[in-house]
Amino acid sequence: MALDVGLVLFVLGVAVWTVAARDAFSAVIGFVVYGLLLALVWMRLAAPDVALTEAAIGSGLTGGLLLGTSTRLRGTETPATGKKSVTGLRLAAALLCSLASIGLAMIVLLLPEPAPTLAPQAAANMAATGLGNPVTAVLMAYRAIDTLLETVVLLLALLGVWSLTPDRFWGGLPGRGRNADPEGVLTFAVQLLVPVGILIGVHIFWVGSVAPGGEFQGATILAAMWILAAMAGLVDAPRVSRRGLRLMLVAGPAVFFAIGLAGFAMAGAFLAYPEARAKLLILTIEVPVTLSIAVTLALLVAGPPERTPQQ
Amino acid sequence: MSLALDTLTILAVCAGAFFFLAGTVGLLRFPDALSRLHGLTKADNLGVGLVVFGLLLQTTGPIAATKLVSVWLLTLLAGATVTQLIARVLRPDGPPE
Repeated sequence: MALDVGLVLFVLGVAVWTVAARDAFSAVIGFVVYGLLLALVWMRLAAPDVALTEAAIGSGLTGGLLLGTSTRLRGTETPATGKKSVTGLRLAAALLCSLASIGLAMIVLLLPEPAPTLAPQAAANMAATGLGNPVTAVLMAYRAIDTLLETVVLLLALLGVWSLTPDRFWGGLPGRGRNADPEGVLTFAVQLLVPVGILIGVHIFWVGSVAPGGEFQGATILAAMWILAAMAGLVDAPRVSRRGLRLMLVAGPAVFFAIGLAGFAMAGAFLAYPEARAKLLILTIEVPVTLSIAVTLALLVAGPPERTPQQ
Repeated sequence: MSLALDTLTILAVCAGAFFFLAGTVGLLRFPDALSRLHGLTKADNLGVGLVVFGLLLQTTGPIAATKLVSVWLLTLLAGATVTQLIARVLRPDGPPE
C-alpha cells in the first residue's frame, strides 16, 4: 500500500516536473522517466504486457524520437519561451488536460460494482485461438482489426516523416552514414550488445503466444538494436527508394489484410480464423508484422533522407 | 539451510540498496560531472550486483538464474559504456597530465 501510494505520488511529481521543465530537452528526459515509472505502475496492476509496451514503445522509442526532435529544435527554442501567447497556450492545455483527467476519474469512480468486464469470455474462448496469453488472443483474434489498423497507422507515420524530405534527397539515405571508430568504446559495446539484443527481441516476440510479450515489444527491441548499430556508425541506413526495403515495410499489413480477406472464405467473416488452423494463421501474420514494425520503427527514428541516392 | 539463505538474501539486497543510496547521494552532492559519474557507477556495478546475488539465492531453476545474471552483465556493459562516452564528451582532449 505504502509502495503504491509512493509510486503514484512519484509519477504525479515527475509529470508536473515534465510540464514545468524550462527547455524541451529536460522535458523529454522527464517524459522518459515518467514512462518507466508508468511501466512500474502497470506491473503493480498485474499487467506485464502493458508494462512491456509502455517501457519499450511509450518510454524508449517515443523518448528517442522526442530526443532527436528536441536536439533539432534547440536553435529555435530560446526566442519561443517567455512570450505571452505561450502562457495562454499553456493555460488552455492545462485546462483541457484537467478536464480530461477529471472526466476519466469520474468514469472510473462511477463504475458499477462489480465493474463490467469481458475477461471471463476472453479466457473461456482462448482454446479456440490456440494461444496461451489472453492479451495476445485479444490483439490477434478478438480485436485483430485494431491491430491491423495499428500497423497501417505506423506506416502512415513513416510516410509523414518521409514527406519532409527535400526534393533533391528524395529516394536517398537518412542519417550521416558509416563512420565507426574501430577502437571506440561504443563500437565495442554495440558489437557485444546487438547479438544479445536480437536474441532477446526474437524471444519476446516468440513467447508472446503464451506469456507477456508479442510482436510490438519484440519489434521495438529489434529496431533499437539497428538504431544502436547505426548510432555507432557500424551500419548505414538503406536507400528509402530500395524495393526490398519497401516490401519489408508493407509485408506485415499486406499479409494481415490478405489473411483477413481469406477469413471470408475460410470462416465466413473478415479476420475470422477456422478453429483448427487458428494458431498457424496467427503466426503467419505475426512474423511479417514483426518484421514490418521493426523496420518501420527503425526508419522513423532514422528520419527523412538527408543524402542523395548516389552518396 | 533456507533460513541461512534468506538471511544472506536480505543482507545482500540491503547492501545493494545501500550502494544505490550512496550512488544517488553522490549524484546529488558531488561537485563536478566526472565525480558524479563515479558515484553513479557504484550503483550500477555493486548495487545491481548485490541485489542480483541476493535474488540468485532464491531462484529455483537455472533459467531464472541465467536471466538474473544476464541482467547484471547487460547493466555492467551499458553502465561502463555510457560512463566512458559521457566522460569523453566532458574531456575531449584526454586525461590531464
